[in-house]
Amino acid sequence: MFSAKGVLGLRRRFTNHLFTAAAALASLLVLAPLFAIFGYLLYRGLGSVNWAFLTHTPKPIGETGGGMANAIVGSGLILAIASAIGIPLGIGAGIYLSEYGKSRYAQVVRFTADVLNGVPSIVMGIAVYGLVVLPQGHFSAFSGGVALGIMMIPTIARTTEEMLAMVPNVIREAALGLGIPQWRTTLSITLRTATSGVITGVMLAFARVAGETAPLLFTAFGNQYWSLKPNQPTAALPLQIYVYAISPFDEWHRQAWAGALVLIAIIVGAVSIVRVIAARHQVSHSA
Amino acid sequence: MGVGIEVRDLNAWFSKAQVLQDIQMNVEPNHVTAVIGPSGCGKSTFVRCLNRMHETIAGARVEGKVQVGDIDVYGSGTAAVDVRRRIGMVFQKPNPFPTMSIYDNVAAGLKLNGYRNRKDLDAIVERSLRMAALWDEVKDVVRKKSGASLSGGQQQRVCIARALAVEPEVLLMDEPASALDPISTGKIEELIFQLKEQYTVVIVTHNMQQAARVADYTGFFLMGKLIEFDKTQKIFTTPSDKRTEDYITGRFG
Repeated sequence: MFSAKGVLGLRRRFTNHLFTAAAALASLLVLAPLFAIFGYLLYRGLGSVNWAFLTHTPKPIGETGGGMANAIVGSGLILAIASAIGIPLGIGAGIYLSEYGKSRYAQVVRFTADVLNGVPSIVMGIAVYGLVVLPQGHFSAFSGGVALGIMMIPTIARTTEEMLAMVPNVIREAALGLGIPQWRTTLSITLRTATSGVITGVMLAFARVAGETAPLLFTAFGNQYWSLKPNQPTAALPLQIYVYAISPFDEWHRQAWAGALVLIAIIVGAVSIVRVIAARHQVSHSA
Repeated sequence: MGVGIEVRDLNAWFSKAQVLQDIQMNVEPNHVTAVIGPSGCGKSTFVRCLNRMHETIAGARVEGKVQVGDIDVYGSGTAAVDVRRRIGMVFQKPNPFPTMSIYDNVAAGLKLNGYRNRKDLDAIVERSLRMAALWDEVKDVVRKKSGASLSGGQQQRVCIARALAVEPEVLLMDEPASALDPISTGKIEELIFQLKEQYTVVIVTHNMQQAARVADYTGFFLMGKLIEFDKTQKIFTTPSDKRTEDYITGRFG
């Protein structure tokens, strides 16, 4: 005979299992597209990624072989410039908003950052074309870096602000109580406590702009040859992939797949390396 | 060596609300002075006015004179940073810097103010941890363990060591043991007893037994006013003011 308690227990347990299963299914569904993309890229691209691909510049159509070495290096150069612009400005803005930002002015800054975040990447490219490329008179890695750097700022600023806000106020007070000036407290104590979160924000911004193609169309423009100086048209992986993918040539299609795989691999690799280094620097938290 | 504190006509506000009214007090050097009173009476605010921490809160305001030794705390030429270097503070909730090792925590006040000498820092850290009665427990792991990975009582002693490392003249303690268990509390109280040889200690406590155990002088606050200030012995046996008597006999608060 079932007691009321027994039946209630049965239903509760069933509901519990049902929702656990639903949550697990949801997380699988989220991961599925990622694995699907990865898997498909590996399938289509792995065969074409070889030493030649990684070290040679493109060959004229008709010849087989050649690679995207210049695009890989070019992307690296453009991203380095973008990071040099986006990271300091983004973190600086985030620090201002969190530690000093109760004023009306701070509200304006926040709003501006959110609007900037929503600017379509093609519009950013055209804007930087008008602001940098035209006055300079030529396409360049620098202008590409400027476009991508500006796109990094809102993400980094907002994440930095939120991570700093999560640092308990008692920590700031402890530092101030020791006679440490406000600016030093912010940099060496508050920011340092939020480091892990700030790095996440930076990596998110980096991963996003690393694959952006539209802003580079009219700024970096692309280049079939080695371009190591920041003041000339520069090849970039996303650009090269685009050009090759819409071309009518099978050989270039093959290389586009390889390029896509290499791009994903570089982004995942960069993010992982930073994570590992950040983890190593953490002082042991376990007892 | 500790110095005396003189408080004259101290008033404090949080925006429009006045939380301290015309406080007058003389704190004896090298003695322990307790500040007691019911919740919200202004005792924490009072202590935070001594080292200019009250003004770090948006909208907070202070008027009056505080003289700590030879420093005019609210004088026009005095920088808050200098005041806070000469007056140490230990907070209610232990707050070691979570990303730093025990060593870096204790040395933080020195390192972040420009002091770099490696050997001297080693000596100072050891001395401070010894004074906080923590050295023997952590001497093997000072550089390896993070400040936040210790027990509550140990964390609080790290905070005390950190405050002592900069060699202040006065040590302010805002309910330092209220988040701790009785054994840790006992250790902290023993510590305070030893510290008064070298420092002037002002301790906020809501635990009257603690005040009776540890303090030489006691001040009773009520609704922002200092009702009575005298030797602890007198406050707890023959208080002059009826409100004091009501509080210590537990009739309210």
